[in-house]
Amino acid sequence: MIARLLEGVPRRGLVLLGLLLAALVVFPFFASGYLLTVGFLVLYFAYVGQSWNIMMGFAGQLSLGHSLYVGLGAYAAAALYVHFGVSPWIGLSASIAFSGLAGAVIGFLAFRFGVAGVYFAILTIAFAEFARIGFDHFAWVQGSSGFFLPVANYATNDLWNLRGSPTMFYYLMLAMSAAAFVLCHALVRSRMGYYWQAIRESPEAAEALGINVFRYKMAAVVISAAMTSLAGVVFAFYYNNLFPEQIFHISRSIELILGPIIGGIGTLVGPLVGALLLTGLAEGMREIMLQLKVDVPGVKQVFYGLCLLLVVMFLPHGVWPPLARRLGLERGGADGAARADEGKP
Amino acid sequence: MAVLLEVRGLSKSFRGLRAVQQVAFEVPEGSITGLIGPNGAGKTTVFNLVAGVMRPDAGEVRLGGTRIDGWRPDQVCAAGVGRTFQIVKPFAGLTVRENVTVGALRKSNDVSSAQRRADEILEKLRLGPKRGMLASSLTLPDRKRLEVARALATRPRLLLLDEVMAGLRPTETDQIVAFFRELNRAEGVTILLIEHVMRAVMALAQQVVVLHHGEVIARGEPAAVVRDPAVLECYLGEETEV
Repeated sequence: MIARLLEGVPRRGLVLLGLLLAALVVFPFFASGYLLTVGFLVLYFAYVGQSWNIMMGFAGQLSLGHSLYVGLGAYAAAALYVHFGVSPWIGLSASIAFSGLAGAVIGFLAFRFGVAGVYFAILTIAFAEFARIGFDHFAWVQGSSGFFLPVANYATNDLWNLRGSPTMFYYLMLAMSAAAFVLCHALVRSRMGYYWQAIRESPEAAEALGINVFRYKMAAVVISAAMTSLAGVVFAFYYNNLFPEQIFHISRSIELILGPIIGGIGTLVGPLVGALLLTGLAEGMREIMLQLKVDVPGVKQVFYGLCLLLVVMFLPHGVWPPLARRLGLERGGADGAARADEGKP
Repeated sequence: MAVLLEVRGLSKSFRGLRAVQQVAFEVPEGSITGLIGPNGAGKTTVFNLVAGVMRPDAGEVRLGGTRIDGWRPDQVCAAGVGRTFQIVKPFAGLTVRENVTVGALRKSNDVSSAQRRADEILEKLRLGPKRGMLASSLTLPDRKRLEVARALATRPRLLLLDEVMAGLRPTETDQIVAFFRELNRAEGVTILLIEHVMRAVMALAQQVVVLHHGEVIARGEPAAVVRDPAVLECYLGEETEV
């Protein structure tokens, strides 16, 4: 199993990944409370970016409404916990079910009736907006006045109920990001991964090769939605408050796709690199501004915009592909080994 | 010889244009059949109707006796029909080897055996040295070969080739003709090909079907068909007394 996972991965890549993982593991021992929350955000965005990338990067389906799955996941687990005392570890099955179902409904409507490209993207936005407005009036979870979880005593870490310190959440998010990375690595090299990429490149040709395009697009949406909903669960228990206006907002959907776009759509490392760059630098900028006593609102947004602009202009495939070449690693596609052996023209 | 593909009364209109009208022909199992005709005769439409890309307005398509008209393209492929596209559709962002592996996965248990199968096919089509290249960086003749390799990887009983020799140099044409003949002889793959390169059609096909304005105007052995007055007329225009 492990041997198969490692097959064809360049040794150098493994070493670098190991070093990165080690750095992330020891990070909390050196980081201040503030830096730890930044670290958590980086891992959070790396995780949701990875989840979104399954749809867009692998199967070529642009979703601009992923906040829907974050929100559904968050609300499902939080409501079960608050109303019935159900542990989030059990509640997450409801999160997965609701988000997966929502993804399936959107996918079915779109793929059955030939809604594709930008129209598909608009459909995903529409459903996130439905949810935002719907939850505003959903009294069971307090509607627009916000749903609050009982705030925890930070002296002890209760992993079972996800009540605890930021350090606990940091490690939880690290474990999830690492697991998502390994899962995506396995997926992209599987039969399904090949089929997704074929559909992304040319649906007509994929069909002619016997691929049931509808089925595999549905699989991409459902898997991506289910994975994203887990980030929602952590989000709910980390922040302890949920507002429909915030969690389902389109800006949240945009925010979570910036990482993989900056990092490199369709690559495994891209979402992580993008999250690191965007979150790390944006928070760093804010810190510097504070130190310099410059109080300008919207610095983060301007920075995001600038980053996107520069990447689109100079690195149209994202930061990771050229970086990978610099590091002597080839693009992390399904056939990375063959490329590394023979070299690309 | 048993009939592998049987087309009867096949018709398809696009708005007012009758692209294919009452087309009927048979492709015997193990044969190589050519489908020829001037531009716009409806050859590619016939392919699309057989391959499931379009639904016929009327008529039947049978593969080994089973009706397959109205099936989805992936179902037609699963039934044993591989096709190439006249306007090539490579998976541009994937390598040559990955392109063919996608096709090979259809009949393989796992990815590594599909990759081995892909390598074998690429070797035979002289694409072996280019397997690590991205499909987008291939020249047009190589892309045409890649189309063939990908379709073959699905292990079809019937291979539909849509102008795969267009743009090839004569020596390359001879090579690929030899390849198809060997494929037909050694593996028993039945081939239906649309081709403008008459040199290739004459060398390969045992039977030729001529389409003109969406209708079959002649059928038979290639040597006889090219002397058929109706065929000459549609290709060269009517003979007029001067």
